[in-house]
Amino acid sequence: MKIAIASGKGGTGKTTLSTNLAAFFAEKKQVVLADLDVEEPNSGLFITGKTEQIDVKYKMIPQWNEDTCTLCGKCQDNCNFHAVIRLGSQILVFPELCHSCYACSELCESSSLPMIKQRMGELKQIRRGEINFIESRLDIGQEQAVPLINQTIQYIDSKFPQETLKIFDAPPGTSCPVIEATKDVDFVILVTEPTPFGLHDLKLAVETMIELGRPYGVVINRYGIGNADVIDYCEEHKIPILAKIPNSRKLAELYSKGKLVYKELPEFKEELQKIETYILNLEME
Amino acid sequence: MKEIVVISGKGGTGKTSITASFAILAGSEAVIADCDVDAADMHLLMQPVIKKSVDFYSGVVASIDKNKCSNCGICADVCRFSAISNINNRHIVKSLDCEGCGYCEKVCPEQAIKMYEQNVGDWFISQTKIENTLVHAKLGIGAENSGKLVAKVKSEAKQIAEKENKDYIIVDGSPGIGCPVVSSLSGANYVVLVTEPSMSGLHDLKRVYELVKKFKIRAGCIINKSDINAEITKEVIKFLNDESITHIANLPYDEIFTKAMTVGETIVEYDHSELKKLLAQSWEKVKIEVGN
Repeated sequence: MKIAIASGKGGTGKTTLSTNLAAFFAEKKQVVLADLDVEEPNSGLFITGKTEQIDVKYKMIPQWNEDTCTLCGKCQDNCNFHAVIRLGSQILVFPELCHSCYACSELCESSSLPMIKQRMGELKQIRRGEINFIESRLDIGQEQAVPLINQTIQYIDSKFPQETLKIFDAPPGTSCPVIEATKDVDFVILVTEPTPFGLHDLKLAVETMIELGRPYGVVINRYGIGNADVIDYCEEHKIPILAKIPNSRKLAELYSKGKLVYKELPEFKEELQKIETYILNLEME
Repeated sequence: MKEIVVISGKGGTGKTSITASFAILAGSEAVIADCDVDAADMHLLMQPVIKKSVDFYSGVVASIDKNKCSNCGICADVCRFSAISNINNRHIVKSLDCEGCGYCEKVCPEQAIKMYEQNVGDWFISQTKIENTLVHAKLGIGAENSGKLVAKVKSEAKQIAEKENKDYIIVDGSPGIGCPVVSSLSGANYVVLVTEPSMSGLHDLKRVYELVKKFKIRAGCIINKSDINAEITKEVIKFLNDESITHIANLPYDEIFTKAMTVGETIVEYDHSELKKLLAQSWEKVKIEVGN
């Protein structure tokens, strides 16, 4: 079972929920926690343990072979991303624009653009008790998060049986990285806060989940601030509210230190129990 | 004319609230650009009246003409994005997975595949409640190319600022370190980093600053919620000193951020005490920093 924890707006508490939920579940059974916010991965600040594996992750890009190239220029025509350009008697490759589609390479009649590996980031697997924590980290300067997210999910699929509970800490927003992180999961928890920004971005996230056809529910963080519009919206659209995490400066302080909060805040633990019950029911279905 | 970009790496640090406050303080001196196109929230504080709305087309997506398709499956074989599947002996493109590379179109022996331009969102030119111009956008669901939409928003804002002889463009940047942020940063004169003193805040600040350095743009930093963790605030300040980043201000943890937002106001409109003063001083400092 795969659960993604996502949100339209950043800073609503995805990482707080993902790490605490994983640790809470791990008191009873093995879980996988994956940080798929590869641009700014933070879960690892809360989950430390024994490093079991480090994998460098690559994307494939074409490399020009000057000796065999006939300079026909078809590669340039075949690349929709302007990543391969013929300039005079040279073929230039712009790796940051390349989407690794292989068209230039495989359609090159003289096979002068073989695909080679280019480092884009690093995957780390860490073990802490019953938590298997996987973190992928995009190298600074790499612009595309999607290939790394995709490879991270493939890694998890190959390493852990289907029945293991997997919690994905997804990137924020509604564009391609979120889609990649949530498109194959069984359930998405959308974390929001009861403010106008929270509501606006929640609506976008809900639209995204409808488009993807993923079942979803909402967790309201910092409950007590703002207004009741988020609750009204969820009720009106029959969106289940799994939990309401009360606003607390104490929580913000514990979070700032990189601590798991549920052990010190019983009111937070109660909300985790509600989410746990919801997920256990989903697993039985 | 100077372009000031506000970014944060981490979400939820108060970036948009602070940017909108700067927009109010700058008044008629600035054009505002909301480049957080994924989750654009600035308009909730600036209450813009839309003057111009334009569809944004970027990139292409494959579509298979079922009358021409012979179901040979070559397209699915070459697609590296698993975007073409064979369902009940019919080949179908899953447009959310299609990257628009066009490889399938080029190898289809029946010429049954065409690439169509994709409407990935809209962008707008609006007049805000204080009558300065806001350029903003709405990215379609799951759209690619948010970096290109960011570039469009910025170039429109720039044109307007040049035409109207404005001193500043104030840009609300995107989170993360990927293509939308790269687009937000390119061409900027000054970066305001908004952070919070948490392990995550500091971690994300360091990562996004690595990116800023590649662009060789000068930067200043506002530490929001600075009283949440005095120790990490010290660490942030040390990092700023080490990297020669100007420490613009410390702002206290204050629910005025939320309260102002809830009534659709910026902090400098809602608050009339300490926080407003700190933000006004910050904006003055930024102006001196960018040298105008």
